[in-house]
Amino acid sequence: MTTLDTTFDAVPRDTARTGFKGRSSGRAVRNEIARIVMWASFLIAMIPLVWILGSVVVKGGQLLLASDWWTNSQRGITARHVGGGAIHAIQGTLIEAAATAVIAVPVAVLTGIYLVEYGRGALARAVSFMVDILTGVPSIVAALFIYAVWVTTFGFQRVGFAVCLTLVLLMIPVVVRSTEEMLKLVPNELREASYALGVPKWKTVVKVVLPTAFSGIVTGVLLGLARIMGETAPLLILGPYTKSIATDLFGGLMPTLPTMINTDRQQALQPAVDRVWAASLTLILLILVLNLAGRVVSRYGKVRA
Amino acid sequence: MSSLTGASAVDHVPDPSGHSPLGGARASTGRLGDRLFGGAATGAGLLVIAIVTLIAVFLLSQAVPALSRNGANFLTSTEWNVAGDHPRFGIANLLWTTVASSVIAMLIAVPLGVGVALFVTQYAPRWLSRPAASLVDLLAAVPSIVYGLWGAYVFGPHITGLQSGLSSVLGWIPFFSNSTGGVDSSGTIFFIGIVLSIMVLPIVTALSREVFAQTPATHKEAALALGATRWEMIRTAVLPFGRPGVISASMLGLGRALGETVAVAIILSSLANGTGWSFSLFNGGETFASKIANNAGEFDSPQKTGAFIAAGLVLFVLTFIVNAIARIVIERRKAFTE
Repeated sequence: MTTLDTTFDAVPRDTARTGFKGRSSGRAVRNEIARIVMWASFLIAMIPLVWILGSVVVKGGQLLLASDWWTNSQRGITARHVGGGAIHAIQGTLIEAAATAVIAVPVAVLTGIYLVEYGRGALARAVSFMVDILTGVPSIVAALFIYAVWVTTFGFQRVGFAVCLTLVLLMIPVVVRSTEEMLKLVPNELREASYALGVPKWKTVVKVVLPTAFSGIVTGVLLGLARIMGETAPLLILGPYTKSIATDLFGGLMPTLPTMINTDRQQALQPAVDRVWAASLTLILLILVLNLAGRVVSRYGKVRA
Repeated sequence: MSSLTGASAVDHVPDPSGHSPLGGARASTGRLGDRLFGGAATGAGLLVIAIVTLIAVFLLSQAVPALSRNGANFLTSTEWNVAGDHPRFGIANLLWTTVASSVIAMLIAVPLGVGVALFVTQYAPRWLSRPAASLVDLLAAVPSIVYGLWGAYVFGPHITGLQSGLSSVLGWIPFFSNSTGGVDSSGTIFFIGIVLSIMVLPIVTALSREVFAQTPATHKEAALALGATRWEMIRTAVLPFGRPGVISASMLGLGRALGETVAVAIILSSLANGTGWSFSLFNGGETFASKIANNAGEFDSPQKTGAFIAAGLVLFVLTFIVNAIARIVIERRKAFTE
């Protein structure tokens, strides 16, 4: 692809250099304008990225350097006071993400396997269509659904686990799609070789196909986690904030970084405002680490074709 | 890698060699292990179908009782009073704000996203192409609440100049009129549209990029061999080939913009109940999603909750339609490429 591109590049430029007058100036100008527009659109797209990351680092970077931020909670600290940390929220975010992954990954990977290895005909098309629909379900609608089931129908409290269930709905389609993508990359010859040796289909999938696609699936899971960790809408409806460390998914409140941001945001006092930006930076860093990890895994463990 | 955005390129691009890649449909031996594993995989697929069905069923079953008690026309009323025995609520305002802000977002994000995708696949020097793609993808890694904060406190104060400028030049168009006096505020539909456009940009770009990269080299070579400039080559070979991909990418982006919650809830200033109708984009309001999020504290009786669930159901149907269109466009393309 890239090598081809360079040859395309050479063709029009060489004719220009030889002074061949086959191209009217209007066409040349339009070509030049198009080139400038493309470069400009890339540069314009970079403005918000740099601006967002820059302002979050400038406004929130200071607090992250203090060791308190990574070891203390906000227990007993009001909006008026400087100090405290975000460990309660970081912990809550990580616990909820982990619990979500435990539920979502098996379902999603199996669905991916179904779509690629087993699914034929109308049912497979229906599943694929439903995955698409699930991809498009807004997080607030997923949260309302879980609210309607968990709170209205069963009468349970709003707890961390209800948030996890919502996040499961949001994570499944991401992991299904990436698993599918990776399984399709596994060369058919590998499967055929396995079948030729008399290995049953399920063992072929478990011992040959899945290990070959493993790194790709891990990447998909990490990217899925990155997506759900930043979700705030389900937390607004199902996961009220608290300032203390909480580890129980089934009872009591579970603080998370997005709800910490959202709660402190409503304070006008400077210490709270500083914590808002610091918590934002922490959340971005967590998501970036997962994204980078996903990319590294996919770079160094490409499907061996 | 578009996994970040949840959209799969493989799903959208036919297998290059044209054959169904995965045989072995009859390799299953019917032994216990095979039946168990195949059953589990099928079960997971059925579970996904069940989940989506349940979402629709539950939202419907909770919305219907509230709707039947509703004293106002649900579709055309602009009122929103859900308390008491005689609730009156309608979604006209919510629908307008949601659609208007998303349309603004798409008007900005689609041309820009296509431009960026063309830049990455056709124009960028080789060393820049991959990093540029990753940088745009990074925009998808910023959580929406951070977009909200940045929009409200950092970007927002700079937008009022543009708004009053637009309003004084184009004020005769109802959309740009300053009839509600909102040009000096950053909590407007216009501004949230701009922020949404940044949020959907990575989605539009990621998918467009993948389709443009799939343009058959022969098409491009043919255009160049006929003496086309690079831009003419793109216009005659790359863009027509990629059009269905761009449409479906836009639809996926639109779905995202329609359902975006927290950024909208933070940035958009909500209007007092009973404020008159206005077409002005320099006006506050609430989208379906932000209305639900802003009032999450009010979910204390099933009837109040039902009203919000009814709003959520409309949002669900809206995104369902948009995504289904995206799907149909992709399927049609599959049928006649190769």
